Amino acid sequence: MKKLINKPEDVVKEELEGIALAYPDLVKVHFEPNFVYRADAPVKGKVAIVSGGGSGHEPMHGGFVGVGMLDAACPGAVFTSPTPDQMLEATKTVDGGAGVLHIVKNYSGDIMNFEMAADMAHGEGIRVLSILIDDDVAVKDSLYTQGRRGTGTTVLSEKICGAAAEKGYDLKRVAALCRKVNINGRCMGMALTSCTVPHVGRPTFELGEDEMEIGIGIHGEPGRLRMKLKSADEITEMLALSVIEDPAYSRTVREWDEAKGEWVDVVLQDPPFKEGDQVLAFVNSMGGTPAIELPIVYRKLHEICEKKGLKIVRNLIGPYITSLEMQGCSITLLKMDDEMIGLWDAPVKTPGLRWGT
Amino acid sequence: MSKIMTKRDVIEWLKATAAVLEENRRYLTDLDSPIGDADHGINMDRGFKKVMSQLPAVEDKDVGTILRTAGMALVSSVGGAGGPLYGTFFMDAGKAVAGKTELSDEDLVLLIESGLKGVVRIGKTNLGDKTMVDALHPAVEALRRAVADGVDTAEALRLMTEAASKGMVDTIPMLAKKGRASYVGERSIGHQDPGATSSYMILKTLMETLASGHRATG
Repeated sequence: MKKLINKPEDVVKEELEGIALAYPDLVKVHFEPNFVYRADAPVKGKVAIVSGGGSGHEPMHGGFVGVGMLDAACPGAVFTSPTPDQMLEATKTVDGGAGVLHIVKNYSGDIMNFEMAADMAHGEGIRVLSILIDDDVAVKDSLYTQGRRGTGTTVLSEKICGAAAEKGYDLKRVAALCRKVNINGRCMGMALTSCTVPHVGRPTFELGEDEMEIGIGIHGEPGRLRMKLKSADEITEMLALSVIEDPAYSRTVREWDEAKGEWVDVVLQDPPFKEGDQVLAFVNSMGGTPAIELPIVYRKLHEICEKKGLKIVRNLIGPYITSLEMQGCSITLLKMDDEMIGLWDAPVKTPGLRWGT
Repeated sequence: MSKIMTKRDVIEWLKATAAVLEENRRYLTDLDSPIGDADHGINMDRGFKKVMSQLPAVEDKDVGTILRTAGMALVSSVGGAGGPLYGTFFMDAGKAVAGKTELSDEDLVLLIESGLKGVVRIGKTNLGDKTMVDALHPAVEALRRAVADGVDTAEALRLMTEAASKGMVDTIPMLAKKGRASYVGERSIGHQDPGATSSYMILKTLMETLASGHRATG
């Protein structure tokens, strides 16, 4: 293993120390329990947004803390969900009296830890709602699996909901918007290489020189399908068509019902894309794929969207939700309406995403 | 009703478990690599090290407090699904025997059964989903049956461990339906579940602790 680190067990702590020193005007870092939060938190009267997950996906989530995006982010160990005490402390720190939205990626560990934290926050009289992101079309059904994973749409939901909270949306409205972003977003990823978790010290899976893995998640977990390496155009087409042609997807998720004071099952359905839809196209590097290759993917994606009658109205291209040093990419398409476009364009000032300020 | 387990035994069990998990850190992580995200051994080792650091403060307390403290330490240090699941196992086990300083064999059944129920509640897991429940559930059943039949404690614990071991091995041909392993679909078949494996290790350590330890008689 070759990594620019000191000791594997210090990676997350030292990363957070560096972030605190680099962006003191934007964020502060709390240690034990670990979380990154807005320098001006709590913002009185504003809905606060808290996310989190395993480390190794940088800049998500810590790099998206700041004005117009997240109020706090809780990093776990690499690829391991954070613990409830982190989310609880972060929630208490950033609650400005208007309630807190937890944006949670659909992984069993993340869900269990966030649910425990939300229950504890409810017990302390803090309003917390929770929305799940499950956008990964590589997972076909939710009946025999944990359901679709939370991938590229997570980044987009954090930007759009962060802008809405900044604009003064109340908690229920921000949560409803987040749900809308989730059901309108779809993602598919692939890997050219595996990645190496620092404290493991060797690649999570082996891929031959001429092989690639299709339908990977963001944790170095193996995908659904291994095949011979293909060209960028062929790979892009495979990913894009999986996303665009994905049929309606239905599943049951758990959300906190404030009126009932309990977790309830909610059935959600993702509408399929159709001709004439306006979309945001997000081409993401898994961390190891260089910037020169992403426009090659975008070029083909643009062509396919045109052919399919989808109009790309906004795009995001770069490494935003990564798997350490893995080479590969993911393609996310999010169906946009005018409200979402306006919120996407709104100012954002975070270490990892910044415009309009 | 004779007492088979003192709070001293409970502490010895937790200490021995920490040692076993440290020893098997690499093995559990290797099991987690082909079907998960290669962190189970590392997380469990980190969690039980945290348990070790919390034990001195509660050594004089009752069994329920000791187990609940261990559970809370796991919740706040393991992360992933293992944290809430094992944390709840020990917290709920502790609640079931709250206030007791010595346990009868029936208390032990209650302890483990309550832990299992907590895991099922939090994980919404069914038998056969290829999870830790596949080791814990048959183990609880075997122990309960043995105790009800009046089998001697050492033999009852041996039957419990044997059932956990069989449950663990039975996860190999299963198709995972929960957790990260469910994402690899058919490719999860042929691999032993890491969570079922750590559950087996924890129960086997319980048997060994009580076999070697000093027993209270009552």
